[in-house]
Amino acid sequence: MTRRPAGEVRRDVPGGPTLVRGAASYTDEQGVVHPVTRPVVAVCRCGASQRQPWCDGVHKLLGRRAT
Amino acid sequence: MTPPEPRGPLSALLLRTLSGVPGELTAQDRAGLEAAAEAACAAADPVADEDLQLSLWVLYELHYRGFATVDDRWEWHPGLLAVRQQLEQAFETFLRERTREQVARASEAARSDLPGALFALAESDDGPSVSGYARSRMTREQWDELLLLRAVSQLKEADPHSFAVPRLQRAAKVHLVEILYDEYGAGRPERQHAVLYADAMRASGLDPADGGYVDRAPAVVLAASNVVSTFALHRRLRAAAAGHFAMVETTSSLPSKGYVGAAQRLGLPEQAWAYFDEHVEADAVHEQVAIRDLCGALVAREPAELESVVFGMAAGLYLEGRVGSHLLERWHRGESALRGPVAAGLQEPA
Repeated sequence: MTRRPAGEVRRDVPGGPTLVRGAASYTDEQGVVHPVTRPVVAVCRCGASQRQPWCDGVHKLLGRRAT
Repeated sequence: MTPPEPRGPLSALLLRTLSGVPGELTAQDRAGLEAAAEAACAAADPVADEDLQLSLWVLYELHYRGFATVDDRWEWHPGLLAVRQQLEQAFETFLRERTREQVARASEAARSDLPGALFALAESDDGPSVSGYARSRMTREQWDELLLLRAVSQLKEADPHSFAVPRLQRAAKVHLVEILYDEYGAGRPERQHAVLYADAMRASGLDPADGGYVDRAPAVVLAASNVVSTFALHRRLRAAAAGHFAMVETTSSLPSKGYVGAAQRLGLPEQAWAYFDEHVEADAVHEQVAIRDLCGALVAREPAELESVVFGMAAGLYLEGRVGSHLLERWHRGESALRGPVAAGLQEPA
């Protein structure tokens, strides 16, 4: 679990996404800023989501591996 | 909402009672209700018993939106609570019997890895895939039927699970509320999931304000909705409510994509599928929070509740499976999945 500025907390879950709590926005690897409208968001870690940068649950079809 | 049409002796007597002024039930009324409830509870399959599930649905609805023509004071009437308890007992006993082996197996696995066991339980479910059918074959009429039947639960989405909030403590309560806040629109009334659902109905040409969809919902659909109230209204079953919530969240994200696909294939406007689109993303978060944080915190604090969490999920999967089987059996035969209009009599045709 990593603490970020402004109370943001990130946590990678086994075989799943990164859960981000308390964020106002999420900046992806390309530097694009995505606004956050939920108390918790799930950021894709497997690369297969069709809703980048967000998780869409599709990792479960990949044999539940975070790649 | 107007009260639904009765489906048998119990619901007929119950609805007649509710049309009156709350007061002391006469000994005759009380005996009549108890006898009718007992007869309904003797059903071999309470999940498919129209009279039982509709009566339970009506009794629970007194705690949610109520009925325009029913005095609100009936909600806590001891005579009606006694009937509710009879029906709940038959329903719960049946669900426990149906899920016993599965719950024992999954609980064993959950003792060493609760999240893993809950994800595995939901994924091992071999129920029919309504969303798979929806994506490739669903007709426009079947889309409407799906929306009407799901309206029983979705127009009060998150409300039944909310009754579990004061029954949970510390971290489990926090994580349940964290998800509920998102379900209720995360501060944006127009993004409430129940509101998005009503929008989807309107965009499909259906009227969400007309409670008539309840009359069209067969017992299995009512049962899948009733079970949440059975769990969340009883502190004893708080862990089952949490397990059921986790079931809802973890079986939603991928199927919701199928419904978005169906709506787009059928050429429906965006408001008709925005509800499902929201669930693709929201429930990918909620399943993690529900399984790991809500159920995880609950069992960490109350280890004796582990089996109850698993039971809640298993019972939910069983009931959703029954609904899925009903829909696909009817649709594969080219028939409507809706209950037909009620005949003049009160008895359900055999």
